[in-house]
Formats: sequence, structure tokens, C-alpha cells
Amino acid sequence: MTVARMLPLIVAVPLFGAAVLVGAGRRLPRPAAEVLGLVFAAGTAALALAASAALPSATARPVEWLGGWRPHGGVSVGIVLVGDRTGLGLATLVSLLVPAALAYAWRYFDEPPRRHAGSFPALVLLFQAGMCGFALTGDLFNAFVFFELMGVVAYALTGYRVEEARAVQGGLVFGVVNSLGGYTTLLGIGLLYARTGELGLAQIGRALDARPGGPDALVIAAFVLVATGLLVKAAAVPFHFWLADAHAVAPTPVCMLLSGVMVELGVYGTARVYWTAFAGPGGIPAPDAHRALLALGVLTAVLGAAMCWQQRHLKRLLAYSTVAHTGLFLIGLAVLTPEGIGGVALYVLAHAGVKAALFACVGVLLDRFGSVDEYELHGKGRELPWLAGMFGTGGLALAGLPPFGTALGKAVTEEAAGGWATALFVVVSAVTGGAVLRAGARVFLGLGSRPPGSPEETTGEGEEPETRRLLARIPDSMLLAPTVLLACALAVGLVPGLRSAVGGAADAFTDHAGYLAAVLDGRATEPAPTPAPHWTTPGVVWGLLASVLAVVLALLAVQRPVAGEPVRWTVPLRRLHSGHVGDYVAWFLAGVTLLAALLV
Amino acid sequence: MSVLPYLCAGWLFLIGCYGLATSRNLIHAVGCLAVCQSATYVLLLAVGYRHGGTAPVFSDIAPGSRPVVDPVVQALTLTDIVIGATVTALLLALVIQIAKRHRTVDPDELSELRG
Repeated sequence: MTVARMLPLIVAVPLFGAAVLVGAGRRLPRPAAEVLGLVFAAGTAALALAASAALPSATARPVEWLGGWRPHGGVSVGIVLVGDRTGLGLATLVSLLVPAALAYAWRYFDEPPRRHAGSFPALVLLFQAGMCGFALTGDLFNAFVFFELMGVVAYALTGYRVEEARAVQGGLVFGVVNSLGGYTTLLGIGLLYARTGELGLAQIGRALDARPGGPDALVIAAFVLVATGLLVKAAAVPFHFWLADAHAVAPTPVCMLLSGVMVELGVYGTARVYWTAFAGPGGIPAPDAHRALLALGVLTAVLGAAMCWQQRHLKRLLAYSTVAHTGLFLIGLAVLTPEGIGGVALYVLAHAGVKAALFACVGVLLDRFGSVDEYELHGKGRELPWLAGMFGTGGLALAGLPPFGTALGKAVTEEAAGGWATALFVVVSAVTGGAVLRAGARVFLGLGSRPPGSPEETTGEGEEPETRRLLARIPDSMLLAPTVLLACALAVGLVPGLRSAVGGAADAFTDHAGYLAAVLDGRATEPAPTPAPHWTTPGVVWGLLASVLAVVLALLAVQRPVAGEPVRWTVPLRRLHSGHVGDYVAWFLAGVTLLAALLV
Repeated sequence: MSVLPYLCAGWLFLIGCYGLATSRNLIHAVGCLAVCQSATYVLLLAVGYRHGGTAPVFSDIAPGSRPVVDPVVQALTLTDIVIGATVTALLLALVIQIAKRHRTVDPDELSELRG
């Protein structure tokens, strides 16, 4: 079977699995339903891995026209799946993380709702299908459909514990804001169709290229609208408000998927749409795109880090750290070179492992002690040395400790961005890593005194554990999953073959003309090769510096006597995050205006 | 081609967002989201409209004999309606659960998640 033929299967297998589980799930006992879900998820992972391994080169782009609707003379009406290394790599990442989350959930939900044993694995498989489809599609409208599919499943999974008051509230906010983003994307797609008469990314790109002379208002408006929806998914400031609420309430295995890959798929979508459709002479000029992405990226990184540092609710802490890292990814994209894309790709791969592992650790705490509050858990984690080790390692990896893949990705990205970006990268990763280490020092080592809380914040006290009763013993599966994920994040930094593959993938990703030729004319062209991402001495030094800084920050925070009141300058920042869906919609509109202003 | 449908689509989207931002009732808010979505229907159909065109059904007209409107946008609109139905149903189900758990559907009183 050729790689092109495998592409539809990567989407269809999890869809089929979900259908089987929905149909038969009621009659299956729980272990059977779980095993079936795991088999389909792992089967997809094997398919995606095989397809990645069977690619003839890192810059090859196998193309599959569904139903055989091939283009004639560069014109087509068919729907296309494009399996370039970047898209396939992301599909592989999704498909590897899903079995990890399912395996973790095996003992995590001790008791599923009666007679609905198959509902959770079925939803997760649908989620996997939506994410794989989004990564592989070469058609803008199809991307929207997959975007909405993964969105709807994600809202349902966020509110999975419908009996819990906060869970449904977070799910609703998530649903409203993301759906609104999806509709702006569709408006943009409508405008692009009006201008070009095409829906495929490559066809739109070619039609726009045929009208050189810079973009007019309609093309800019279309890009703003399409990018808005994707940036909402990516949780770029000021579209990020839904993320912390959703992560705070979603079941932990779902958080692993949301933070690990779904948010990153928004970043990927933005980059994909820009490079395939808008990077040519008739699209958005590079300086404008650079300015917009850089401004949003810096804003997102700084705000995310500031909010991350102030959290005591551990899931919200990790959620804001994802926001901060999304900002770093956007800064990497804003460089608009293969080096930047390659760095971001490595960073995303390793970040997924580290962040999912950290969420898994927090989930163990929630099920063991019924709380995710840093203050309430003070010193309670002493009895869990293995978990403490993993949590600390995860914090250091987040801060960019070599040789973790996060350090490599961060080093390559900051080198590509250059100048003051290095300082920003070091500070942001030190603060986010430091916040995790601070929480770890309090929870697992019992350092410092137990601080009093203030009424203004979401604490995470008195959370419902996601098992029937508090766990007396931690099941092995819940410790194995994060261990494997951290090992994978380490491997991203150490395996040299991965670095060259990512380098080639980034070259192909940023080759606008080559993508159009491969998809529409079936002509393979080799992009100009650039050096693959690699470790450099300054990168290692900056990574070590960020890790040391994170440890110092954490120790200072723990040793310092804590005031009862939050620091004054942080109060307005917290007030912005009001948990009110109306406020978030207002910020959404402000964000659309900001994006448009940055691009004009 | 008149610009009126495009202005109408923009107006619908903005008025829907205004409703979402100021709503005091979550069921109303989900309705406002549906209004935002109907803006996308109007835009898509306006894009595919041809003056003097008829429905793209060729059972009783010979192909090429008279202009027809663009069937692609109609297919997109139908897909969009299906997605909208799913999203609206799911969100309304969540609102019902919120009403059961919080005993309110006023977003101003749902302030457990902040900061």
C-alpha cells in the first residue's frame, strides 16, 4: 500500500472505531470497550507511523484525491489529503498521545456511567479522527469541518462529568468561544471562494498568485477571518480566555490531549493556511504577516507566563503555561523561515510529551487527595516519591533543561528569531517552569509555610475526584503513562534522525510553489535545503540558564513569606479573566480588530 | 450584484456577537450564537447567487441553456447547517445541565472560574 493510500485510513480507522463503540458500547463490558478503543487508537498510530516511515524523503508530499477526483490541467473540484512530513508528523503525534491518554484513563475513571462503558473511548476516537483529518487535509473547507468535529467532541469531553457544576460551565464557555471562531473562519472561506472560486488550499494559493500586485481589502479580510478561528483554537491572546476554564474542569486524560496537541493544531493551521494559500505574490506580504504573528506571539507569551505564575489551581497553572508556550510557537512562526518552523516543530513534539505528563501527575494528585490546590496539598505529596520525581523533571523540561526536546526546540526557535527574542524565551520558559517547580516544592517536599488564600481566585480545593472514591494506591497505568511521555520528550532531543527529518519537513512546509506543484500538477520539486536543526553551544547555555533561573525563582517563591492579599499589579490582570462568556466574546471582537490593524 | 446581502451578513454577525456579549440568559446566548452562524449562511448564498439564475437541478432544463446559481456554496451551507445543529444541541444540553447544577442560567451569576 502506498503512503497516499494510507492517508484516508488514518482518518477512517478511528471514525470506524468510534462508530463500533457507539453501536456496541452499551452491550460491552467495560474492559472490552476500553481494549477495543485502545486497539483502534493504537492501530491508527501504527498506520501513521508506517506512513511516516514509508515516505521516500523528508520533503516528499504524497497526495490522495478522495474518490479519484484528480485535477485536470491544474484545475480540480475534488477533496485532497496531503501527507507531507509535517502533517503526517502531527497525525502521528496525535495518534501516539491518544493511546497514552486512553491507557491513563483505564484506571482513572474508576466507574463510568452505567451502561455507557463505550462512550468515553468512542468520543476520544472521534477526537482523534478530527485532529488527524485536520492535520492531513489539503482543502480549506474540509479543514473547517474537521476543526468543528474536533471542537464539538472537545466541548463534550470537557463537560464529560455532567454531574459537576463547574465542568458544564467550562464546557459551555469553551463551546461558545470556539464555535464563534469557527464561524469567522467560515466567513473567511466564503470570501476566499468568492474571490478565487476554489476551496482547496493549493487551488486558492494558485488563484491568488495569478493576481499579483499585493492583497486588496478582501484578501486581507479573508486572511484575518480565517486566521481568527485558528488562533482561537491556538489560544493566542486575546482569544485565550476559554482555555484556562476548559482545562480547569476537563477530565485529566482530556487535558492531556487538549494541551498536548489540540492547541498546537491551531498554530499548525495558521501556518499551513499562510504558507500554502497566502505566501505567494497575491497573498499577504511577508513583513505584514511577520508583524502580526510576532505581536500576537509576544503578547501571548508574556501574558501567559504572568498568569501562570499566579495560579494555585494546578490545572490552571499548566493551562496558562500552555498559553505562554503558544506565544513562543507563534514567535517561531513569525520568523517565516524553515529554521523557525523546524524549531517550532521540535518544540511542539517535546512540549506535548512534557505537558501531557505533567497533567497526568496532577490527575494522580486529584484522585489521591481530592484536590488540585497548591496550598491545600502542601506537603501531602511526600509519600509519592516517584510522582515527585516526574513532576520535578517535567518542570525542568518545561523550563528548557538540555537534553530534553523542549530545550532543543526552544534553542533552535530562539536562534531563528534572534536578538531580544532570546531573552524573552529564557524568561518565559523560566517563569513557566519555575511555577511548576514551585508547586512541586510545596506539594511534594513541603517546603515553606502554608500560605493563606485570597477569595479572588479559583483555588481548586474540594474538587471531585474522578474515581469512585479517593485512591488508596496509585495504579501502575497512571504512573506508566507519564513516565513514557517524559521519556519520549527526552528522545526528541536525543535522536539525531528526527532532527534531520524535521529539518526536511520544515523546508518542504515553507516551499509555497513546491506545494502547489505537488498537489495540482503532481510534480515533485525539491525545496532548497537548509541546515537541519541541531544543538548549539549558546542554545545549551541558554537552556541551562533558564533551568537554573526556574529553580531559583521556585525557591525564592517558596521561602518568601506569603502575604494574604495578591500583589496589587496583578489584580487588573486577574479581573480580565472573569469567567463570563460575554466578556470573552467582547475580547474576541477586540482581537479580530487588533489582528486586522496589525495586517493593514 | 447588490452589496446588500454582504452588509446583511456583516450586520447579522455583529448583532449576534453583541447579543452574546450582553446576554443575561444562556439560552438566549446560544440563540445569539445561532444568529452569528446564520450570517455565514447569508454570506455563502450571496456569494453563489447569479442574477436571473435558477436552481442547479438539471432534470428539466438542458445544461447550458440558462444560468444557474452556484451549487457548491449551497452544499457548504448545508454542511454548515448540520454542524450548527450539532453545536446548538450540545450547547443547549450543557445549559440544561448548568440550570440543574447551578440553579441559574444567568452568566453573571456563574463566577466560579476566574483569575
